Amino acid sequence: MTEIPKEEYVLKCTSACAGCPSSLILRYVLKAAGPDTVLVVPACCTSVIQGIFPSTALNVPVYNVAFAAAAACASGMSEALQKAGKKTNVIVYAGDGGTVDIGIQALSGAFERETDFLYICYDNEAYGNTGMQRSGSTPVGARTTTTPGGKIHAKKDLDAIVAAHNPPYLATACAAYPQDLFKKVVKALSLRGSKFIHVLAPCPPGWRFSSEMTIEMGKLAVKSGMWILYEREFGKVTINGPSKAAMIKPVPLEEYLSGQGRFKGIDRKAFDALKSQAQLRAEHLKKEADGLC
Amino acid sequence: MLTVATGNKAVAAAVKEVRPQVIAAYPITPQTEIVEQIAEYVASGELDSRYIPVESEHSAMAACIGAGITGARTFTATSSHGLLYMHEMVNWAAGARLPIVMANVNRAIGPGWNVWAEHTDAFQERDTGWLQVYVSTVQEAYDATIMAFRIAEHEDVLLPVMVNLDGFLLSHSMQSLETITPGSFVPPLHLPHAIDISNPAGYGTLTGPDEHFRFRWEIEQSMRKSVRVIAETEQDFAERFGRNYGVAEEYRYEDADVVVIAMGTLGKEAEVAVDLLRNEGVNAGSLRIRWLRPFPELDLSGRDIVVIDRDYSFGFGGILAHSLMARSRIEPYSVIAGLGGQEVTFDDIAGFVRDRKPGREFWFGVNGNV
Repeated sequence: MTEIPKEEYVLKCTSACAGCPSSLILRYVLKAAGPDTVLVVPACCTSVIQGIFPSTALNVPVYNVAFAAAAACASGMSEALQKAGKKTNVIVYAGDGGTVDIGIQALSGAFERETDFLYICYDNEAYGNTGMQRSGSTPVGARTTTTPGGKIHAKKDLDAIVAAHNPPYLATACAAYPQDLFKKVVKALSLRGSKFIHVLAPCPPGWRFSSEMTIEMGKLAVKSGMWILYEREFGKVTINGPSKAAMIKPVPLEEYLSGQGRFKGIDRKAFDALKSQAQLRAEHLKKEADGLC
Repeated sequence: MLTVATGNKAVAAAVKEVRPQVIAAYPITPQTEIVEQIAEYVASGELDSRYIPVESEHSAMAACIGAGITGARTFTATSSHGLLYMHEMVNWAAGARLPIVMANVNRAIGPGWNVWAEHTDAFQERDTGWLQVYVSTVQEAYDATIMAFRIAEHEDVLLPVMVNLDGFLLSHSMQSLETITPGSFVPPLHLPHAIDISNPAGYGTLTGPDEHFRFRWEIEQSMRKSVRVIAETEQDFAERFGRNYGVAEEYRYEDADVVVIAMGTLGKEAEVAVDLLRNEGVNAGSLRIRWLRPFPELDLSGRDIVVIDRDYSFGFGGILAHSLMARSRIEPYSVIAGLGGQEVTFDDIAGFVRDRKPGREFWFGVNGNV
């Protein structure tokens, strides 16, 4: 069993919603990273969660920056710290909007330049901070405030985009598996270059489920195969335990969807699309893990 | 050392002397030579900076901000569309109180594509909290860039400074250049609010109206204090290196009955026009405004004023003319000239003076030929 430090860097009295996965993920990210860490946060829920000036609920320096600018800001920070001979971790902590949509250009640039930093995208599959509008990361069929009839387009394959930059380390994680997340952050920070962790963040108000169900919803996402836990180290794919089990015997997709208000009344076409996208993703990753492609 | 250089090369040479720890930039015509030359300096080891070849201007300024908040000295350069693309981060840099220095090679804004000189690009950034200086010679581009770091980093200022030079007219003009070794003239940067791991703080967190208001007032106070810091810096520069500038450069100004006011290279061209007019018996002088922000307080009373704007605010007028009307309570003859690199000679400027109609606005080359 991994020893998780007792030190807390997400202090009490955040402004997070009840059952918030974002503050939970960040709690384990910072436990793994330790105090010699600077966080770069673009506009996202964490802009709010950390509290109101002059207070802060985060016990590491946090640089809040404009929506599209996180990875570029981290580039400058990383270079300057290296120039000053410091080994401080530079971690971007960004939502899906700031990553897959408005921030993707800066993300791509920073990864192409092999910036020494860790980019973490916590993905609640919509623009949560502004009231759950669709993002490029919203899955097909999900209702958001700008897709009241359900989203007609598929979730953008962010991991494939990042993988195309050949980073030394890319992993997915989920708020419901904090030990797994912790280990991945530790591993990422042990490597030089641009590292990426994509963390699913089941969002009670956004996905419309009860706030005590966050962990359960995250587990269902993994067990149903809708979210696959894996690592890509120097290109080599390893599917992690819970997802390996899910690939053998998945929980029916209906079980994952039925607990969420955003999928209420999802039509057959969208349901089938969700299912086939998940299957394709699993098959492809499995082939990669088996060294077949 | 006496040499010959373009405006762009002079800016790069000045940057080499002040040794920023981090330089992040994206190339754009007509600024490219600055980033190419700096990349060359870094590659050859002449300049020990981290050079980040970012993928956009928005990222260039974001990278300077990220580097700057660690306490590093930073520099970038851009022009026109690049400047407008980074507009959000231009605001951010000033709000974050980071003494970033940026060279902006003034160029028109599309459409259509036009790569020639115009001041509207930088004028659109005038309300962002950046200090802005406009230069007229290669030597001045060099000197102003060096001074920009000291002014920006002064504890009473801690605001970014933009050094503006006219696209092609100056960026690509070869003139003589005397380089210097600034030494103690530019002391090491001490950023009081730099990130400190042992004292974690939140930067740019959610801020209510009262605090926001206070932060904006502090920027305005620093802007006002910068007037003194600029004067002291330019005086010290003059004492050490022998070249004197000031918020505005006067030419045969004292006894002039009519004064041409312009910025950048047009301000220098106006001096030739003044000589021409004086030979004709017209008591002309000129005033080249150097600092757009902080905007100078000038006593222009009792003279005819001709303001030449290489910029325009649609539905309003020449931005320099209207700024002077508001600040100095004058009724100038407002000439809009030189947009998109339109050629404006000393003969043309002399014509503006001869045909001046105080209180009127004239678009050179459109409202008739002078």
